[in-house]
Amino acid sequence: MKGNEALAHAAIRYGADGYFGYPITPQSEVLETLEELMPWDTTGMVVLQAESELAAINMVYGGAACGNAVFTSSSSPGVSLKQEGISYIAAGELPALIINVMRGGPGLGTIQPSQADYFQATKGGGHGDYRLITLAPATVQEMADFVALGFDLAFKYRTPAIILADGIVGQMMEKVVLPPQRPRRTPEQIAEQCPWAITGKPASRQRNIMTTLELMPQAMEEINVRLQEKYRIIEDNEVRFATYGLDDCDYLIVAFGSIARISQKAIEIAREQGVKIGLLRPITLWPFPSAEIERLAARVKGIMVVELNAGQMIEDVRLACHDSVPVYHFGRLGGIVPNPQEVLDSFFNHFPQN
Amino acid sequence: MTEEIIISGFGGQGVLSMGKILAYAGLMNDLEVTWMPAYGPEQRGGTANVTVILSDKPISSPVLDTYDTAVVLNQQSLDKFEPKVKPGGLLIYDAYGIHRRPVRTDITVREIPAMDAAVEMGNSKTYNMIVLGAILGMKPVVDVDAVLRGLKKTLPERHHNLLPLNEQAIRRGIALTK
Repeated sequence: MKGNEALAHAAIRYGADGYFGYPITPQSEVLETLEELMPWDTTGMVVLQAESELAAINMVYGGAACGNAVFTSSSSPGVSLKQEGISYIAAGELPALIINVMRGGPGLGTIQPSQADYFQATKGGGHGDYRLITLAPATVQEMADFVALGFDLAFKYRTPAIILADGIVGQMMEKVVLPPQRPRRTPEQIAEQCPWAITGKPASRQRNIMTTLELMPQAMEEINVRLQEKYRIIEDNEVRFATYGLDDCDYLIVAFGSIARISQKAIEIAREQGVKIGLLRPITLWPFPSAEIERLAARVKGIMVVELNAGQMIEDVRLACHDSVPVYHFGRLGGIVPNPQEVLDSFFNHFPQN
Repeated sequence: MTEEIIISGFGGQGVLSMGKILAYAGLMNDLEVTWMPAYGPEQRGGTANVTVILSDKPISSPVLDTYDTAVVLNQQSLDKFEPKVKPGGLLIYDAYGIHRRPVRTDITVREIPAMDAAVEMGNSKTYNMIVLGAILGMKPVVDVDAVLRGLKKTLPERHHNLLPLNEQAIRRGIALTK
């Protein structure tokens, strides 16, 4: 099935409580598949096409505040519209899952695949000092798997997570093994697991109030310090990445999502020619696998970062390796997807082999 | 075994469906598969194409530069993909609407009169299934039974009365290559 369809199936099977979205290419199949599967008749999950992206993200805010497992999906321009709500959800320390199947920008842009929202997702597209746990799937299987992973991490740390996919992995079809159906949590289970949630006040505790407003700067700083402490714990514990051919490599390519697979094919071709390149594919873009890149930088001659943008993740790679080796970028822009040979040509251009 | 296939033609010729059926057939033959459409503006009047990879190993890139098999159904597709067939590879085309024929001699070039055959069958909509049959006739990477099951899976149930006609078209396509 398509990556977008896998997202929908996986969310129902996770036992999600609600989806709120607004259609936009190239991720419309998420909403379409959910409506086709009609989970309201089986698990009782709510599927709602909101009147706008703003409405959708604020429905997620409300659902999450009540301890529900809720999510939304969109593509680049739509995710831009959701940034205010995302900042509020992060400030409210609420678990939620956001999906961005990226298309070429800026502006309304194109409907073709892109990775130009890396900065927006990993550095905070909304206002304030917050972070999103950012998962970058490269296969349709990972599209399915990262729904559960995203929800689990969001609930574990009470912070929003985002699946940052590109249009390729949303639109392509591959083999996928779906997880078994889990029952949705009962209201009692939610009240027990999420004592912070707004579930109705029992006599045994004070009211739970959900607000992100704090006018006293001293108190607001304390909230920020607590958020930052949480982010450090996430950075220490939740870094994920995949590798290919690192054991004997002289060079390193760092790439995420679909372009990592295109780069892997380029690496396979290079190895046939005796040039040993390894691949590091960050799965979590935040927290970023900085320590692993620093470790690898000490033993390779150079690094090439391949992205479907003008050079965004390369900044994190250069920070990770302190520019101890040459770090070059190769990217195509605005919805163009390079083939493996173009990646390889760029590599040989930066690192001539004689 | 890895087979990298591009199918390319006009939007509306059934290019993406052909690829989808091949991909499902691969799935039923326990192969790894990727189906990567060139979608969007290209569907609206221009050239639509789909890359299908079938392999007994995990597949890295779903996007390719060269192909084992190219199936081209209009002149633009022929111009674009003839140079991208790997030496020793296969190029299948229908001369219908083609004014410049393939010139390469280091690959197998096979003309399939699929449009004529579809007209003979009295239903031009069988066109893509005849082409699919021709692919199977030239390169039996998946078995016909799996293709028929793939067809059943991709065809909406309300159209299942058309399964026999489509099967007939696939078998006609295979026969055209013998």
